[in-house]
Amino acid sequence: MALFKRTPVAPLEYTRKTWMRGWVGATMFFLYAPLLILMIFSFNDSKRNVVWKGFTLKYYEKAMNNDSLVEAMVNSLTIAGLATVFSLVLGALAAVMLWRFRFPFKGAIEGTMSLPIIVPEICLGVAFLIFFAKISWPTDLPWPLNLSAITIAHITFCFPFVAMVVRSRLESFNKEEEEAAKDLGASEWQTFRDILLPHMKPGLIAGALLAFTLSLDDFVITFFTSGPDTITFPVKVYSMVRFSVTPEVNAASTILIILTIVLTAVALKLQGVKAIAESH
Amino acid sequence: MAGGLQDWKQHKRPFAAIAGAPLFWLLLFFLIPMAIVWLYSFGENAGPADIAISGTLENYKRATEWLYLSIFLKSLAVAALVTLICLIIGFPVAMAITFASPKWRPWLLLGIMLPFWTNLLIRTYALMMLMGTNGYANKGLGALWEGASWLRTLVGMQPLEAWTPVQLLYNNFAVVLGLVYVHLPFMVLPLYAALDRLDKSLIEASLDLGAGHLRTLMKIVVPLAGPGILAGVMITLIPALGAYLTPDLMGGTESQMIANVIERQFKRANDWPFGAALSFLLIYAMFILIALQSMRRDKGREAH
Repeated sequence: MALFKRTPVAPLEYTRKTWMRGWVGATMFFLYAPLLILMIFSFNDSKRNVVWKGFTLKYYEKAMNNDSLVEAMVNSLTIAGLATVFSLVLGALAAVMLWRFRFPFKGAIEGTMSLPIIVPEICLGVAFLIFFAKISWPTDLPWPLNLSAITIAHITFCFPFVAMVVRSRLESFNKEEEEAAKDLGASEWQTFRDILLPHMKPGLIAGALLAFTLSLDDFVITFFTSGPDTITFPVKVYSMVRFSVTPEVNAASTILIILTIVLTAVALKLQGVKAIAESH
Repeated sequence: MAGGLQDWKQHKRPFAAIAGAPLFWLLLFFLIPMAIVWLYSFGENAGPADIAISGTLENYKRATEWLYLSIFLKSLAVAALVTLICLIIGFPVAMAITFASPKWRPWLLLGIMLPFWTNLLIRTYALMMLMGTNGYANKGLGALWEGASWLRTLVGMQPLEAWTPVQLLYNNFAVVLGLVYVHLPFMVLPLYAALDRLDKSLIEASLDLGAGHLRTLMKIVVPLAGPGILAGVMITLIPALGAYLTPDLMGGTESQMIANVIERQFKRANDWPFGAALSFLLIYAMFILIALQSMRRDKGREAH
């Protein structure tokens, strides 16, 4: 029985205690069971979600042929892509600004920049609803310009997150490198491009992934800024859930969950698990 | 660090190039919209699509009437309860991740983070599917019920009457459960970050010197990880207080939270000034919570 001989549990090896394992296992079950059941039942050959009637892909086919659902998905991905690019630029600039310069009202500006993170989504949504109504932002623009209001709203709540992540990355930058580059005759722009930017890269990747997921995930703010022709995926799923629960929603949700897993896997590949954990 | 900072006056051009865009964006698309809401909260409906900013305090007066005040207090109570449950569930999980072997730790963390990255609406919908009257939660309860009934017949008592599915959704219980489900990762991640920073030799020392696990937890771990625990509490409490989606989808008519009331003013009731006033009251509540947190933090710093 030497095979099963175990070393005694050390005092700090909490994970080897049975109740602790049970607790973590139960928590993971609580977190994952609903999602797994949702995914499994997207393949269920039954209109009602409860009993397993056999494997089918017909709800995926239905979801794919549901034009408004596909359009909503395309809208969501477009908005997320645009919001990520803009948030990345604005967030990186804001991070460099705060990290590099001394200027009046710095504390106040820094505080204001973190406000879009703190202010409840509902309040931000309301603010954009009123703002775009007040300046009568055109709503009948051709695609993709009709998504501009939602995209602007998303950039506003995404870029402070990017700024936060990039700034914490900048803390580890050795300013002597920058000085050395300048001593050797590099211009301001060359120094930025060749010295600072490569150092910021991991922060930028983490920030981009965060911005993309936040934008793709957002329901409340989009709900207030979207018009009748600008439906995003979460808004569409919301109306489907309100109207009736169909396996089509499961299929569409499963696609998005898989997209999330793929994105996480990409992040893992690029950065390793630890770095992702620290970026939160 | 302060010595390395450049003064903006000596580097006006790079400063303008760097700071211009983010500051402009923040002003135009955040501060101005917020300012408009703030102004609207002192306004009144002058016509079907016209709001006159008359400086009236009527909206705030109405918002502090018992009807709305009670919803506010109830939202706060629900958020506090959700935070407490998340802390109780999350703390051992964060401890387990902190003390897991290096091989396991990243995967446990990933296990917590994946739901965090998954769409909130989808997670809520998944939970709703499970909790419907025909869902698995009800089936599980039904099986337990029948088990209990069978046990009763074993000891010679009358069997229980047949199981009738209970309404798990559309009540306060569903809202609390849904919010816990959604916010649990928010709590575990900062708790883990705080516990990971602890000097583990202190815990070992405490255990070596004969203190039990519970005593070590209370006297060593909790005080040292205090700021991190507080951060986790705030990160859970603030979004839970402003939650819209979960009470909207999983709650009944009597479990509406403040965000749902705000939404109603803008969509159905069409009373924008009143909605604006409620929004700002919610924002002020957040500010008070954050001020309390930083006060506690500063106090903690002085004490050390």
